[in-house]
Amino acid sequence: MSQMRAKDVLLKPIFDNNPIMLQVLGICSALAVTSKLETVIAMSAAMLFVTTFSNIGVSSIRNYIPSSIRIIVQMAIIASLVIVVDQVLKAYAFSISKQLSVFVGLIITNCIVMGRAEAFAMSNPVGLSALDGIGNALGYSLLLVVVGTIRELFGSGKLLGYNILTPITEGGWYQGNGLLLLPPSAFFIIGFLIWGLRTWKKDQVEQD
Amino acid sequence: MSNDSIKKTLGVAFAVCIVCSVMVSAAAVALRPLQEANKARETKKNILQAAGIYEPGMNIEEGFKVVEPRLVDLATGNFVEGDPVAYDTKKESKDPKKAIHLDADQDIAKIRQIAPKQVVYLLKKDGQLQTLILPVYGKGLWSTMYAFVALSGDANTVKGLSFYEHGETPGLGGEVDNPLWKAQWPGKKLFDKQGHLKIQLVKGGVDPSKPGVQHKVDGLSGATLTARGVEDLIRFWMGKEGYGPLLEQIRKQGA
Repeated sequence: MSQMRAKDVLLKPIFDNNPIMLQVLGICSALAVTSKLETVIAMSAAMLFVTTFSNIGVSSIRNYIPSSIRIIVQMAIIASLVIVVDQVLKAYAFSISKQLSVFVGLIITNCIVMGRAEAFAMSNPVGLSALDGIGNALGYSLLLVVVGTIRELFGSGKLLGYNILTPITEGGWYQGNGLLLLPPSAFFIIGFLIWGLRTWKKDQVEQD
Repeated sequence: MSNDSIKKTLGVAFAVCIVCSVMVSAAAVALRPLQEANKARETKKNILQAAGIYEPGMNIEEGFKVVEPRLVDLATGNFVEGDPVAYDTKKESKDPKKAIHLDADQDIAKIRQIAPKQVVYLLKKDGQLQTLILPVYGKGLWSTMYAFVALSGDANTVKGLSFYEHGETPGLGGEVDNPLWKAQWPGKKLFDKQGHLKIQLVKGGVDPSKPGVQHKVDGLSGATLTARGVEDLIRFWMGKEGYGPLLEQIRKQGA
């Protein structure tokens, strides 16, 4: 029984309860960092670390947190984790951290992290909370990777900086789609993905 | 005892703060050396970019070996002894005892006080000065903009300009780091034949048929104040409070 539950907790957020596509949380960073796959991967890794450990942290002290200050305690834990991630990126992946600029810091306010800490970790044991954090971060990452792949491939004809469709500017044939490099294009792509997902999984369609 | 008693609330808040602050400061302290090495490499990259010898993927430490950092005394324009790597320009410019205070009429770049010495970078070939790279900075619209200006051995022709730190409006003033805009700078002359500082940013494009085109650079549309800041900081640093004396010496005798 509990085996099933753990699997659900880990895998549900990927398609059935995707934080971006169903809960429509964390959109701002999804728009900002997806113009290149490289930054997407760094952002996803940062997100995975923060959501997992904030869930673990919050869950492990959930029986001691006074409810009057629970949000601020969660914030303190999340903020510290984010600063640690930011410092690590600055030390080991300097150019990526420059491109991600403020968005690593903004993980603090990412609704997914807070939402999972408040909705799940506050009322579940550590192990399950960790899985929930991993699952939600994977759900977030999956969407970011898809959006990032589409934007980088069709926007600049590259993937991870390698030419796939050689652009005209470098002697190839591909005319990059400039719109895809601008943040609003992520809105369209996420919109289409939500449409696709809800056509596949009809139960996600909201009632009027 | 209930979780919501005042004692417990304070206790939990305190404990969480302690744990979090230890974690954050441990990360910050442990990673500082690596971060500073990154910053230093970034500066070197910017210097190489200004000099126009940077290629993507090159080994920056290797590439930087040809560059010779020197300390220069601004007032006399002489190179002085001292370790240019250890010289902290930002710190010296804030030290009230050492910094040179600028009067309002001198201070066109609006930086109030400057360090008495600056670290400049020389690129030589067969003992001849090829490129002179000068750090410059000044106020734009919102922020202090930092750049490197690369000059040819004649201390007059611009080889490159590269802004590496600024907080101007993205898309408008932020275009100072746009490669297309920066590409206008190489080949421009700072001074006319009489040695007067002539470089200026103009509105509405540079008309190549008019005289003085070698002193004119197209401004940034939608960013008049940033463009004025760029012009002011170039004029300040190339003037007699800035690198003027150094440039004059180089023009007279070569370095």
